[in-house]
Amino acid sequence: MDGIHDLGGRQGFGPVRYTRNAPAFHADWEVRANSLYAFAVRLGIFNMDEYRHAIERMEPRHYLAASYYERSLTGLATLCVEKGIVSREELEQRADGRFPLARPSAPGRANAPTRERFEPGDRVRVKSDYVPGHVRMPGYIRGKPGVVVGESPPYPFPDAHAHGLEAQDEPTYDVRFRSEDLWRDAADAALVHVGVFQSYLERDA
Amino acid sequence: MPDQELVIQRTASMEQRVDAIQAALDARGMKATEAVAELSHLAIEQWVPQNGARVVARAWTDPAFRERLLADGRAAVALLGLSMPKHHRHLVVLENTPNVHNVICCSLCSCTAFTLIGLPPDWYKDLEYRSRVVRESRTVLKEMGLDLPPEVGIRVWDTTADTRYMVLPEQPPKTIGWPEEELAAIVTRDALIGVARL
Repeated sequence: MDGIHDLGGRQGFGPVRYTRNAPAFHADWEVRANSLYAFAVRLGIFNMDEYRHAIERMEPRHYLAASYYERSLTGLATLCVEKGIVSREELEQRADGRFPLARPSAPGRANAPTRERFEPGDRVRVKSDYVPGHVRMPGYIRGKPGVVVGESPPYPFPDAHAHGLEAQDEPTYDVRFRSEDLWRDAADAALVHVGVFQSYLERDA
Repeated sequence: MPDQELVIQRTASMEQRVDAIQAALDARGMKATEAVAELSHLAIEQWVPQNGARVVARAWTDPAFRERLLADGRAAVALLGLSMPKHHRHLVVLENTPNVHNVICCSLCSCTAFTLIGLPPDWYKDLEYRSRVVRESRTVLKEMGLDLPPEVGIRVWDTTADTRYMVLPEQPPKTIGWPEEELAAIVTRDALIGVARL
């Protein structure tokens, strides 16, 4: 989905609020939120792709205003409700207040039926796919040309795996893009590498 | 018909929401509170940047290890007793050189090799870093205090799959010959992410 989470290249944000050796956590509840989602994954209540997608489905105003661990907890709670482990009413009763959850999911999709193997050095192009469900292709590489620089071991295809569909494993390719191909005349010069699932790629003639 | 009830409910605080879900799982016999204690200990005590720092110090002092690390990161860090979660199936170690600087990010969420680098710092997860570093890398690094000379090329690595990345910083010349533990002590998490040089 072309959601609010897909932030790469979006303009308007200010300086990074950077401090040297900044902490990962600012409060005890953040540590617990992080542990609870990891626990749920360990129990097999949901997988990482379902978790990421639940966060992406948050109402955009909620997503932008929430801290990282609020987003994490919202993903966890949404999936626990959707999987029938607990009702929203019970959560709100226990929390003594509103418990905002993410919006419902759109359909997922299966691996591309035909997929090509690539080698380092191959020129590829990211398919111009528009996907209503989960996808790990950041919008800024859609339709863009790049060069394969590496291959990673097969993973379950996230567009299916996030939706409870049968997900075949497929490799991901580290694809190198030139920033001027991504944002012509409007980016700092750099090589930008993205891990791209095989189903998202075609050979560039 | 009862009077229309005006229900203005405030949104529960984060503490209340975490308590609610933890209690709901406990009430179903899932022993969430025990698991939280164990996983929180791991997150704070075990998954720390000192792990990545040990890997870097070994790579600086042991050429065979360095070669192995660059070829197969996951297998190499296992030699130091360091583990990665099952879904982090591949570790790619990015070697900085005098002319190449690597920096990692996750524009879609906030993925990192957290067992080696530690859970990511707050700014890594903020909207500013996620939106800007892929497009304005040199500007963002400069704002963060790393003003790279123009002859140094920048490579940004966006963690969009389950491959994980870690930067192998250049060894400062004055530290050549130092013992491994002293070398590990100078390697910072921010250098492993690539927003600082040593």
